[in-house]
Amino acid sequence: MLNGSERILSVAQVTQYIKNLFAADSQLNRLRVSGEISNFKAHSSGHMYFTLKDAAAAIRCVMFKSANGRLTFRPADGMKVVLGGRLSVYERDGMYQLYVESMAPEGVGSLFAAFEEMKKRLAAEGLFAPEAKKPLPRFPERIGLVTSPTGAAIRDILATLSRRFPLADVLVVPVLVQGVEAAAQIAEAINFFNGIPAVDVLIIGRGGGSIEELWAFNEEVVAKAIYSSRIPVVSAVGHETDFTIADFVADVRAATPTAAAEIVVPDQRELQQFLAMARSRMTAVMTAKLEHNRRYVERIASAREFTRPSQRFDQHRQMLDNLASRLENRLSYLMQSYTAKLDFLAGKLGALNPEAVLARGFAICLDENGRVVRDARQLAADDLLRVRLQQGNADARVIQTYAEEV
Amino acid sequence: MTKASQGKLTLTFEQALKRLEEVLASLERSDCPLEEALALYQEGMGLLRQCRHKLADAEGKVAVLLKEAGEFIPFTGEGES
Repeated sequence: MLNGSERILSVAQVTQYIKNLFAADSQLNRLRVSGEISNFKAHSSGHMYFTLKDAAAAIRCVMFKSANGRLTFRPADGMKVVLGGRLSVYERDGMYQLYVESMAPEGVGSLFAAFEEMKKRLAAEGLFAPEAKKPLPRFPERIGLVTSPTGAAIRDILATLSRRFPLADVLVVPVLVQGVEAAAQIAEAINFFNGIPAVDVLIIGRGGGSIEELWAFNEEVVAKAIYSSRIPVVSAVGHETDFTIADFVADVRAATPTAAAEIVVPDQRELQQFLAMARSRMTAVMTAKLEHNRRYVERIASAREFTRPSQRFDQHRQMLDNLASRLENRLSYLMQSYTAKLDFLAGKLGALNPEAVLARGFAICLDENGRVVRDARQLAADDLLRVRLQQGNADARVIQTYAEEV
Repeated sequence: MTKASQGKLTLTFEQALKRLEEVLASLERSDCPLEEALALYQEGMGLLRQCRHKLADAEGKVAVLLKEAGEFIPFTGEGES
């Protein structure tokens, strides 16, 4: 075709010639190239356009929808990747480009770098701020679940939810959790839940996987959807050691899907324990209160007036007793004093007793008629007298009388 | 006994539990008069029964969004992909 130098060719002819050369080269038809992505653009048609570059050169790349649908992560600027595909010419722009069939991150290092960069940027935007975190409801009635309907994650979550808190209903919005579509679907599902009423908490997540497989949860669109969700979001992505951007934005990060379910609902066994505790506390309080009141009533009832109505009479009786004993005392005093007086009088009487006079040596003279002689003038000489002594009597004759004492 | 007892019928688990905590707190106040305490005790026992029934009878429903139809259908666990 180019053997005649005089021949004049059209642009299309030259371009087609070059394209044929490329097509005839077996190496260019099955290339593997490593480099860094830049100028990445995902067109609305679903195709991806970007430049693969290294320090010295750059190659334009296109990855059609049919090919990028198999991606497990979303390419981004700065990512180091290994591309597989064929090099060909795009006639219209007179430009060669790589038609990418496969893309793999070149080691996790590049993804990690992209992750760190995104994390830094979103942190600066305030998406991880602790004050933006919403508290979780204590007893959710409706739980929204954003995950794959087929994975182990949904099984673990549903099993844990129904075991711990069967009161809650669960709404699942099934999404792809890996691949280029995943991030958009996850974000859309979060927004969807925020548009329907009465969903108390969301769990978004998936089971474990490689960093590429988890990549959807590192995407900005997911981070923004979580951040703007009015419903609290619990993230549960991969295993305990996996951290994604979603975990940082979420209101609570759960280490695993099972852990997310445990965080979101209370354990009914603990509730049963609380109920049992409430029951025993109420009963204890009530028993104590009743006991207290019973004792109070008893104390009142045992006041002397109530228990022994006779008490009052006892008082009177005691007073009577008291009076009686006082009376008795008084009586015995009186008795004593009378006795003493009687004794005294008796003594006096004794002194008046003629016998006692006789005992003291006096004698009584009786005349013949037995009358006591008190005056000598009653007597004449030769009268007979009987002289009464203490012991016995003596008869005597009057010799002479004297009117006066001699 | 009008408002509280009527309201009981429609209490959610959370409301019942919250009320139960309140009842417990009031009951444990030392100055709570006996008559009030008895009423609270009865209410508390009623709430307890309700909570227990709710827990025992509960069987949470799981529904999955059918995206084409835009509505939730019962989740069978088979799943789509």
